[in-house]
Amino acid sequence: MQDPKRIVISGPGVPVRGNDIDTDRIIPARFLKTVVFEGLGEHAFEDDRSQLAEAGKTHSFDDPRFSGASVLVVNKNFGCGSSREHAPQALARWGKGIAAIVGESFAEIFFGNCIALGLPCVTVDAATAEALQSAIERSPAAELRLDLGAKRVVAGDQSYSIAIPDGPRKQLMEGRWDSTAELVAHRDGIVATAARIPYFRGFA
Amino acid sequence: MGKTLYQKVFDAHTVATLPSGQHQLLMGLHLIHEVTSPQAFSMLEQRGLSVLFPERTFATVDHIIPTKSQLRPFSDSLAEEMMTALERNVRKHGIRYFSTEKGEQGIVHVVGPEMGLTQPGMTICCGDSHTSTHGAFGAIAFGIGTSQVRDVLATQTLAMDKLKVRRIEVNGKLAPGVYAKDVTLHVINKLGVNGGVGYAYEYAGDVLDGMSMDERMTVCNMSIEGGARCGYVNPDATTYRYLEGRELAPKGDAWKRALEYWESVKSDADAVYDDVVKIRGEDIEPVVTWGINPGQSVGVNDAIPVAGSFAESERGAAEEAYAYMSLEPGSKIRGTKIDVAFIGSCTNGRLSDFEEVLRLIRGKGLKVKPHVRAMVVPGSQAVRREMIEKGYDKVFVEAGFEFREAGCSMCLAMNPDKLKGREVCASSSNRNFKGRQGSPTGRTLLMSPAMVAAAAIAGEVTDARELFGIAAIS
Repeated sequence: MQDPKRIVISGPGVPVRGNDIDTDRIIPARFLKTVVFEGLGEHAFEDDRSQLAEAGKTHSFDDPRFSGASVLVVNKNFGCGSSREHAPQALARWGKGIAAIVGESFAEIFFGNCIALGLPCVTVDAATAEALQSAIERSPAAELRLDLGAKRVVAGDQSYSIAIPDGPRKQLMEGRWDSTAELVAHRDGIVATAARIPYFRGFA
Repeated sequence: MGKTLYQKVFDAHTVATLPSGQHQLLMGLHLIHEVTSPQAFSMLEQRGLSVLFPERTFATVDHIIPTKSQLRPFSDSLAEEMMTALERNVRKHGIRYFSTEKGEQGIVHVVGPEMGLTQPGMTICCGDSHTSTHGAFGAIAFGIGTSQVRDVLATQTLAMDKLKVRRIEVNGKLAPGVYAKDVTLHVINKLGVNGGVGYAYEYAGDVLDGMSMDERMTVCNMSIEGGARCGYVNPDATTYRYLEGRELAPKGDAWKRALEYWESVKSDADAVYDDVVKIRGEDIEPVVTWGINPGQSVGVNDAIPVAGSFAESERGAAEEAYAYMSLEPGSKIRGTKIDVAFIGSCTNGRLSDFEEVLRLIRGKGLKVKPHVRAMVVPGSQAVRREMIEKGYDKVFVEAGFEFREAGCSMCLAMNPDKLKGREVCASSSNRNFKGRQGSPTGRTLLMSPAMVAAAAIAGEVTDARELFGIAAIS
């Protein structure tokens, strides 16, 4: 099994520009008609991609220069809207698989869903997001190196600071982002807490 | 120093602090539906785990169910497969299922409250972002992803960070023809679609105090559209009146003890908030969205803001919205032609939503414009039954609306109710995202049910207060 620790993630980048990109755009609802997550990758950003294609433009997920990318660079409030985990599941299954996301800010449920999959989301200021996106466009083959330990992202000869809340950072670095085992371990505490809460006892 | 409801309920439900520093939070009520649960059950089984508290999880079907006929098998084989998976999972794990056969089915956020399941002082989660709806009862209620659904099934708990609390007071009075939907759209417009990230919203003030539970649910429902994962209203006599006598609400002596608990979780008068925002009810107009997120809105008689009026960081989003919507900045939103009108959803699909529209249209000989496809979709089978008993269905059909079966319908395009091509829809739902209503190029204008009805009748966006003479009859 793959090492669950997420400390340094390196790979070519792919920029998706724009604020408030919602999860309906990341994976349109019609692809949620499934009982598995497999197969979602090819539909990531499907409607945005086809609309740009019709307008004679190319979405970065269709641009062959970025086809080997594993670090996605976005702007503000990425992943807002629906709580569908299908959104990060689709990104993680697109192409070679998105392994980390750098953005100005993330919607909360989307962020939590990513961490639960071991997919780091880190934030940078607007100028850095722009610098990273431009750097990727200039040199698509160059690797971005995200270091959660040093809290830096390096692109070429430029290094920028990144932010991520301490809890998720620790979970990712220690390989403990899959929370089920830790939650299960407190079974006695769960039962004891439930016994103290009036409605768990039917207000008896 | 006093505490907020959020702090009290969060602390009481905290099981442990996890090595990451997050809190392990016990969940009092877990609601599931067919879209976000099948993979969670699969993961549970792969790990050899069982459901720890099956009596605390409740299921229904809403997103994929057709609203023309609920008869099985569904013609869409993917929808049928999801339905079968849900039925298998609830049977296998002993979970109560609100099914169409029993007449208990509906949108999960309509069914929970109407069954009396949603109660003050609870922690509530569901694999659905509009779970914030349940906060109307003074619960901490929020949406989760599928991996978290797995965690709740296995342990009844979640790894969570504590949120800050922003109190949003809406004081004074709403003008006639201004509704809960306008309040929530106004708040999102003022605070931004990501203004609530990191916060729980506590809604309060004269306007919230005076609202019915249905109206409070409309406000809390859209908290997530403002970036706040959870929004709530402190419980009061209105909350208790709504709950008393409902099937799964406490009864007899338990009811008395429940009232004591519910009163105890209310925010203290001297509670300390991380932020306070005050809004005057009189400043709120009937709101219509013109863009591709719920914060891009204006009063019905206002012009669509020009790019120059936005902060530089918002300008790109505005330009993108003008192009997608084919709307001209600087022109009035009023008069925008519509093709479809949709009244329903977890935001505005409750009995009182339809009653208000009915009050406005009945007996006036008003008809939906012939070119408009107009749909009335009850939020649950119970709402639908009551509408039929009271003869509302006939009034709607007479006025030119289709009267459908219960479900999410045209809110989100996972069932046959969808926009076609570049159609424009006046919608009482909650999201105007690109492609949200099923056509990748379809366009959504969010507004209150009364405003949707007015648009259906006028064939274009119009001021419901004028069309229905609202000021005069209030």
